[in-house]
Amino acid sequence: MGEISNQGLNQDGFDLTQFYGVFFEEARENLANMESMLLDIDVARPTDEELNAIFRVAHSIKGGAATFGFSDVAALTHELETLLDRLRRHELSLKRSMVDLLLEAGDVVKAQLARYQGRTEDSPPTDSLIERIRRLASGQDDVQNAPPGARCLDIRIGPLKEAAAADGLIELFRDIPSLGSIEALDAGQLSADAHRRFKVTTTSPDAELIELFSFHVAREQVRIADFDGAGEPSADGASRTAQAVAAKPPGAEGDGFGFFVDPKTLPQAAAGKEGPASADADAARRAEGRAKTDKSAAGGPESTTLRVAIEKVDQLINLVGELVITQAMLTQQAKDLDAVQFSSLLGGISDLERSSRHLQETVMSIRMIPMSFVFNRFPRMLRDLAARLGKEIDLKLVGEATELDKGLIEKIIDPLTHLVRNSADHGIETPARRLAAGKLPHGTITLSAAHQGGSILIEVRDDGQGLRRERILQKARERGLQVRDDMSDSEVWALIWEPGFSTADQISDVSGRGVGMDVVRKNITALNGTVELDSAEGYGTRVTIRLPLTLAIMDGMSIGVGGETYILPLASVVESFQVMPGMVQTVGATGRVVKVREEFMPVIALDDVFRVPRQDGERAPEIMMIVEAEGRRVAVLVDELLGQHQVVVKNLEANYRRVPDISGATILGDGRVALIVDTANLVKRARH
Amino acid sequence: MGMMERIATDLAASARVNEFLTFRLAGEEYGIDILKVQEIRGYDAVTRIASAPAFLKGVMNLRGVIVPIVDLRLKFALGEARYDSFTVVIILNVAGRVVGAVVDSVSDVLELEEKQIKPAPEFNSLLDAGYITGLGTVQSGEGERLLILVDIERLMSSPDMGLLERAAA
Repeated sequence: MGEISNQGLNQDGFDLTQFYGVFFEEARENLANMESMLLDIDVARPTDEELNAIFRVAHSIKGGAATFGFSDVAALTHELETLLDRLRRHELSLKRSMVDLLLEAGDVVKAQLARYQGRTEDSPPTDSLIERIRRLASGQDDVQNAPPGARCLDIRIGPLKEAAAADGLIELFRDIPSLGSIEALDAGQLSADAHRRFKVTTTSPDAELIELFSFHVAREQVRIADFDGAGEPSADGASRTAQAVAAKPPGAEGDGFGFFVDPKTLPQAAAGKEGPASADADAARRAEGRAKTDKSAAGGPESTTLRVAIEKVDQLINLVGELVITQAMLTQQAKDLDAVQFSSLLGGISDLERSSRHLQETVMSIRMIPMSFVFNRFPRMLRDLAARLGKEIDLKLVGEATELDKGLIEKIIDPLTHLVRNSADHGIETPARRLAAGKLPHGTITLSAAHQGGSILIEVRDDGQGLRRERILQKARERGLQVRDDMSDSEVWALIWEPGFSTADQISDVSGRGVGMDVVRKNITALNGTVELDSAEGYGTRVTIRLPLTLAIMDGMSIGVGGETYILPLASVVESFQVMPGMVQTVGATGRVVKVREEFMPVIALDDVFRVPRQDGERAPEIMMIVEAEGRRVAVLVDELLGQHQVVVKNLEANYRRVPDISGATILGDGRVALIVDTANLVKRARH
Repeated sequence: MGMMERIATDLAASARVNEFLTFRLAGEEYGIDILKVQEIRGYDAVTRIASAPAFLKGVMNLRGVIVPIVDLRLKFALGEARYDSFTVVIILNVAGRVVGAVVDSVSDVLELEEKQIKPAPEFNSLLDAGYITGLGTVQSGEGERLLILVDIERLMSSPDMGLLERAAA
């Protein structure tokens, strides 16, 4: 159990970079998804599902970027989100130009992320892109896609062996009148560095020009820049164009062209080759392929992790399980062999035992991750959030050591992030308001994880202002939902989970577009989990996520009852002691109680609960285990304690059904199945 | 052309031939669709489940998968439920689940053509006639053997097996 106070957190004690990899990986997947969705989308008839999905991509990248302090990524995705939000609310209709711009923005985000990953030096400029997204979001046309007026370009070709090599360009313009006009600025002579210079007035995009020019000169020899009437264009075309763009007022002639150089291509240009100083997104994308090849040849630092299909890991786990069982059998068989005669065989078996145990541990560890993996992202996030929102927030983490299946962990990150952000943004009040309400100036958000019964329980709790019933009902009416004033509180809270529902008064870049809650529920339902919300106005809100134990590791106490073995979750075992005569007293005819430290507890005999067959003359159960669940304690009577170990929780429902008082099953070292006792149910049983 | 046609006819004919795994229960011989059978293994290390009916012997670890084991001999009150090194469990793949069935012995894999399968008459038996898809006849030596063909999928997912959660759900 640990508590991390947000206020006392020092930067050094906290290595946020360990999560960068996850974020980059997620973002890359998200961007790839967005791209394929955009490419597939029917512009005339986009479905709500598609628009929502694309919106969520932008939203989750924004969230992550904001958490890690990648402000330019957050700024750009925030704009995308605004545009997409209007689209999914049908306040704007989707246009081809928007799809193009979204794709372009996706590339820029990729480039920005590449820079944070240290793969490239320069970050692409975003000012004009953001401006264009804003224009579209405000319902205006994109300048880039409005029929562009003629642009005046400064084109340099070279280095060339002879000046006449570039004369083909002049012919080109003569042959294609629609292309515009060309004018040699150098009187047909090569410059000192063997270049030719032309002034071109055209309406065609850069890519098309380069395409056409490539009939006469090599693609790499072409440099395109905006013509500014001045003398020599700067030698470094890429940075010059970037500056030009930054300086240019939005919507100016020629704006948006030629500066979306994917930074991945930059090292190539910088390497001294005559790389394209400037090309449009298409050309850059083509070049990207080359840049990537270079990278892998150079053994880039990309793959420190390997993504493997989960089925492969599961298969591995099962195979290793088999191996361990076979090994246990061999060990058993070899026990009676003569140690001298079979010394090498026995040595081999003991080696086998050691390596297979290691192997099992390693394979199991692939899937299992402690909750701290998720929880540790929050201190930093909350610290930044608190600073931005002008609030004081303490974060309390409970049960970080609870291990969870990787599949579940990965899928729980997003919903939890949403919930924590919501708590900070909408739940916790400003210090002034808290003081006025008679609370401490700093709010507390508690994140906890625990195994309970057949589930994992994750809670996000805040001591903020709670939900306002009236506000939710009003908002629901505005959104055209069927509501009544006499709905119960829980029915009102349930409205929160409707798509697009947000009661935030102001949209912030933290949360408050109402994307969170429906996504939270969707993600958790997809994991066969449930999510519940409870709130009291003025006192706070609690969201409880319950996930099934599909494949979770649990610390278990194995106990023997009449020759059978059961597992008790160690987390629920408080203590155990030997039963002395006279300790257990009967109450009424059947009820039995035991007094432990001035407290009477009901006694549950496990052999009764599970109707364990007993032979005559077998010894009586003599160990009492105090078990706690849901805040109540009972004393469980068992025969013996067999040991304490980590068990892999398997569910019985996969091939069978739920069994009363059993939360799952596990496989013991000898290959037998042992049932895991549902302590929460035992406690309930004692109550009734 | 002629050859191709012949192959096509052969294929069509073979599609009509069904393969059955046959097993014995109290001297009677039953056949089930071989495609439902995953594997056959010995009866070993079954963990009892307290609240389950007697014919559900418990659960077993099959390479990391937890599989419920039904003893058909107990379910239909046939034969003597003995468990020794000769007891076999047929691991079935039915209704998306893996289930084990204990029988007296597994005897054969047989191909039956459609003409060898006759509809089962209405009769009183321990096994609900609804689960019997037909009666097969197999030549064995001098005489004929009777094979009771069972729809094992329907049988295993039936409510009175209690293997599935509330059966209908």
